Amino acid sequence: MKRWKWLGLFAVFALVLAACSPADTGGTTTTGEGPGTTAPPGTTAPPGGTAGEGGEMLLLQWQAPSQANAYLSTGTKDLLASSLVLEPLAEVAPDGTLVPALAEAIPSKADGTIAEDDTSITWTLKEGLLWSDGSPVTADDAVFTWEYCSNELTGCAQDMSFVESVVAVDDLTIQVTWLADKPQAYPFTMFTTFQQPIIQRAQFADCVGAAAQGCTDQNFSPVGTGPYTVTELRPEDTVVYGFNPNYRGAAEGRPFFGTVTIKGGGDAEASARSVLEIDEADYGWNLQVAPEILGPMEAAGNGVVKVGFTANVEHLNLNQTDNRNDAAPSDYADGTNPNPFFYLNGDLARALSMAINREEMTAVAYGPAGAPTCTLWPVPGDIATSLDWCLTHDPDGANALLDQLGYVDTDDDGIRETPDGLPLEFEIVTSTNAVRQSEQELIARDWAAIGVGVSNRNEDASLFFDGTCASDACIWKFFTDIQMFTNGASLPDALGYFAGFKCSEIPTPANNWGGGNTTHYCNPEFDTTWDELSITALDDPARIALVQRVQELIVEDGAIISLVHRASVSAFGNDIQGVGDLNAWDSEYWNIEEWSRG
Amino acid sequence: MATTQERVEELVAPQPMQTGTKHRTLGEDVWRQFKRHKGAVVGLVLLAIIVLATLLGPIVWPPDPYLIDTIQANQGPSIDHPFGTDNLGRDLLARSLIGGRISLAVGFAAMLVGLFLGTAIGVVSGFFRRLDGPLMRVTDLFLALPILPLLLVVIMLFREPLKASFGEELGIFLLVVFIIGATSWMQTARVVRGDVLAIKEEEFVLAAQSIGTRKRNVIMRHIIPNTMSPVMVSAALGVAGAIITESALSFLGLGFPASFPTWGRLVFDGRNYLNLNPMWILAPGALISITVLSVNFIGDGIRDALDPKLRSR
Amino acid sequence: MGRYVIRRTLFAIPTLVVISLIIYGILDLAPGDPAGQLPLTIPAEVRENIRESLGLNDPFMVKWLKWMRLMFINEPLNAIDSIFGTCIGDCEARDRIISWSSRAPAIDIIMQRLPQTLWVLGLAFIIGIFIAIPIGVFSAYKQYSLFDNVGSVVTMIGFSLPTFFTGLLAIYFFSVYLGWFPSLYDTTLVVNSWDTAVQQIKQMIMPVSVLSLFNAAVLSRFTRASVLDNLNEDYVRTARSKGLGERTVVMTHVMRNSLIPVVTLIALQVPGIFAGAIITEQIFRINGIGALLITAIGQSDVPMVQTLTFIFAVLIVLFNLLADVTYGVLDPRIRYD
Repeated sequence: MKRWKWLGLFAVFALVLAACSPADTGGTTTTGEGPGTTAPPGTTAPPGGTAGEGGEMLLLQWQAPSQANAYLSTGTKDLLASSLVLEPLAEVAPDGTLVPALAEAIPSKADGTIAEDDTSITWTLKEGLLWSDGSPVTADDAVFTWEYCSNELTGCAQDMSFVESVVAVDDLTIQVTWLADKPQAYPFTMFTTFQQPIIQRAQFADCVGAAAQGCTDQNFSPVGTGPYTVTELRPEDTVVYGFNPNYRGAAEGRPFFGTVTIKGGGDAEASARSVLEIDEADYGWNLQVAPEILGPMEAAGNGVVKVGFTANVEHLNLNQTDNRNDAAPSDYADGTNPNPFFYLNGDLARALSMAINREEMTAVAYGPAGAPTCTLWPVPGDIATSLDWCLTHDPDGANALLDQLGYVDTDDDGIRETPDGLPLEFEIVTSTNAVRQSEQELIARDWAAIGVGVSNRNEDASLFFDGTCASDACIWKFFTDIQMFTNGASLPDALGYFAGFKCSEIPTPANNWGGGNTTHYCNPEFDTTWDELSITALDDPARIALVQRVQELIVEDGAIISLVHRASVSAFGNDIQGVGDLNAWDSEYWNIEEWSRG
Repeated sequence: MATTQERVEELVAPQPMQTGTKHRTLGEDVWRQFKRHKGAVVGLVLLAIIVLATLLGPIVWPPDPYLIDTIQANQGPSIDHPFGTDNLGRDLLARSLIGGRISLAVGFAAMLVGLFLGTAIGVVSGFFRRLDGPLMRVTDLFLALPILPLLLVVIMLFREPLKASFGEELGIFLLVVFIIGATSWMQTARVVRGDVLAIKEEEFVLAAQSIGTRKRNVIMRHIIPNTMSPVMVSAALGVAGAIITESALSFLGLGFPASFPTWGRLVFDGRNYLNLNPMWILAPGALISITVLSVNFIGDGIRDALDPKLRSR
Repeated sequence: MGRYVIRRTLFAIPTLVVISLIIYGILDLAPGDPAGQLPLTIPAEVRENIRESLGLNDPFMVKWLKWMRLMFINEPLNAIDSIFGTCIGDCEARDRIISWSSRAPAIDIIMQRLPQTLWVLGLAFIIGIFIAIPIGVFSAYKQYSLFDNVGSVVTMIGFSLPTFFTGLLAIYFFSVYLGWFPSLYDTTLVVNSWDTAVQQIKQMIMPVSVLSLFNAAVLSRFTRASVLDNLNEDYVRTARSKGLGERTVVMTHVMRNSLIPVVTLIALQVPGIFAGAIITEQIFRINGIGALLITAIGQSDVPMVQTLTFIFAVLIVLFNLLADVTYGVLDPRIRYD
């Protein structure tokens, strides 16, 4: 029976190998000591007066977090993981207004905390704030956060290049000064939202610069002021949190849940199914799922789907430079290389826009998570309603307009030509994604009806959106006629958003394709309007008209055709209370301390 | 009415010797034995039906596999659409048929590449003693390579350049075929080598060599035809393996791009629509399974038919 | 016997070295770049500095040798240190292979997830063997009986159905429709009570069944063929004529000889099994190393992909070695080669 002995040994060996649980990486349970914290005014406490007694909550993020340091994040997934622990000075509420988090109040010009000439902003921290290890939060931590991120070798994911200095005036007062030549009319771009939280100097002191990459413990389990601390982080897998007894809301029994787990893996459909159909989890993030699948899942009755709109608009860029010029493709070249079809050709763009059936596209691709739109800034209160003509699907009108403009089909091949004889045949490029491909097919069909030919191509998303432009597929090079993707704003700041359309922002070979103006659009009138907007105060009633004007210009000049206003979509289990509206501007977990199980 | 006597005489009378008997070739023998394997025959018929359907179907069946009609989206099976429609209203039967062309083409082409490589290496390894050691080490090496991870990585790396050089469809086709072929030759090589080692010692080979036949001719005319048995079985199994690998790659999103409805891709696209239209994954899944099953049965049949011990039964 | 084992082990090492060269070489061509995720405002020279500091601009041989040192010297040293609590050499500042997306040592992440994969694969393998061998032996023994014919068809169907297809159907049927088994694999589940054990079994049943059925189908066919070959041999006739019971003849004599080629086959199947694991982990959302590979490829996390692919190769070589040793144990002729 020697054979059995060997096989038995082998089996034991295999089992031992499998059963060995390896040591966990990083993550230490932080227990807080120290006095209770003062409660923020005007908030309601969830039921059950003691913090952390509410049991467990399971959150599904199908893109699993890789680590929990917001400044080294490789995507929203990491920012979300970080947001349960780290907090900024102010957060953006679902309706776009700023809400103080670590700060006492939102600065303004009225009380002098924003300088009249827009050169600086002063924040005051709340009193008695504690880190999860019990030490007090001071303005020096904010100074350190700036030092950490502005050190170029850290590889910080956020851009702080327009900041001159961050100074701790006293223990609770922080003054941020902008570069002399870059006054910020919208000064809330520093230390707000889940992208720029405050980190602790004591923990990260040795992690500045090149050392940042090696600080695994710190990156996986940062010390923060938020309602939770990281107990264990397994990259690309799960993050387990325990509640922070030093959280400022602990006296009111916030947070409710004692343990929170973020679990990754799978895809959006599987997450939706887990929350809505099978009722295995409490929350599912970013459910980019076809509406005909999501609808029946929600109808199962175990959960509710919430949508949150910001300024994410799926749109078409019409190349303003000549991409077919072999000598200098898509090179702006100071305006000497205009696109023969699209350069400031608002009429052609109008016809193309009228021919697109946005209702159908939205219903097929997004369902309730989308709405047809005609502008790149469909934020309530700022939206330019003069552009709403595009909401009517009007192929006849488009045909008439093209005829009128002189684009006729002279050789009867079904494709119109320009008066110069160039056939209206365009290539549309977008990222590889089933929804985007179906949108491309719909556009091709809609434009075929008005005599415009389309060939569709798609590029891998990692190349299409690659900021270094390592390949020719990146959107900044724009080596094609038309591009399709979604623009988004990280803050409700129209000025910063539309800065990307100025003539100075055009990516060219000369500046290594750096610059945010992906359409390669240049109109001096736009620049002037934008400059005027930049000196108009935030509360000036004339501001809205200027915001609407910049929206109109890029559409009327034929640089942009907006398609669908896209919402963030997430699902919540029925028994999760206290969520309110879905926050698409900031972290979806921004008010997680209010969540409870009803 | 024949009498008993006549009948007995009939039976007992010596039969004339049948000179000029029909000469039975090896091929005919093999075919006769093959036909006795019920599963193989069924497999052959099914495979023939599928191949014919994919070749002729898109010509005969009217709906356009690429036509989008969102009003018809997500319909179940009906007279107009026996497999239903997908989420963009495209007819799934048409897509399955045209996808079948690609899947089958990849299967056969990849098999040919693997077969060619395997046979060449096996024959050279078995025939030339000095090359045997290194070639077998190379085979061991390839056997130890983690195939699917490398496949995924190579596809990720070389998709773009090939797309640029050969155009999208041909580029990916070449890549997938070459990669599957280059990673599936090892088994054939080993088996062929074993066979060649045995055949090399046969007398007819020694005879051929002694009359001065050049090595190249010895290999081509004598060795290779006698290794047909394992080679053909490998061929059958190779097609099955290649089809499954291609569909697995498409399922992981790393095979043909979205616009090519290969069977694996169809299963991938339809995996979340089981509630709305189960035929979306059942039809291509069944097609893959039936094709692979048929090919496996055919391989079984060939193996039995070429086995001399069985044939003499 | 010992010399045989040592010889096979020694041969495995150069194999691994060459494999690592191939893997590293292929992946070095990858366009992924950790500096690509930084904001556009960072000037090009700084980006270059970051790349320099990560060693991305060194010539190929230098990079490969560095990686070899990390993989073959630093990582094992680190493993020894963490298991035995020692501190060999410069244990604090030792360089390790760092993943670009999580910036943690790649090996740590892989080791966290390896048990999941091994559990599912190992169980599927063992169950597959325990199903396949009796079926194969019995089918061969009662050749052309109803059992054999039905068994043949069932096994043929078993390995013709692709695992992703059966997996999808299993999830749909058992998780969504019947609700018997969870569709989420809980990786943090610790088995320390009857309830958690039941939970673990419930969440493993579907992936293990899908994989083991596939394995069983393949193995049983080969077992059958091998047993058939042996049943017709002379020694079986001799054994029977000596008056040995059928049970002894089959279990003691025939099985031993039939299992030899089956073992070689099991070894040849191992790469395919890992491939099956990748697909199964994707479908059932098990956070094992197969799913990690797909994620790492999607994020262009080259060090992670290099290390993972190499780990796969190590596992395959290891199992080949085990199969060779088992083969040596079972077949005395090989040992005196």
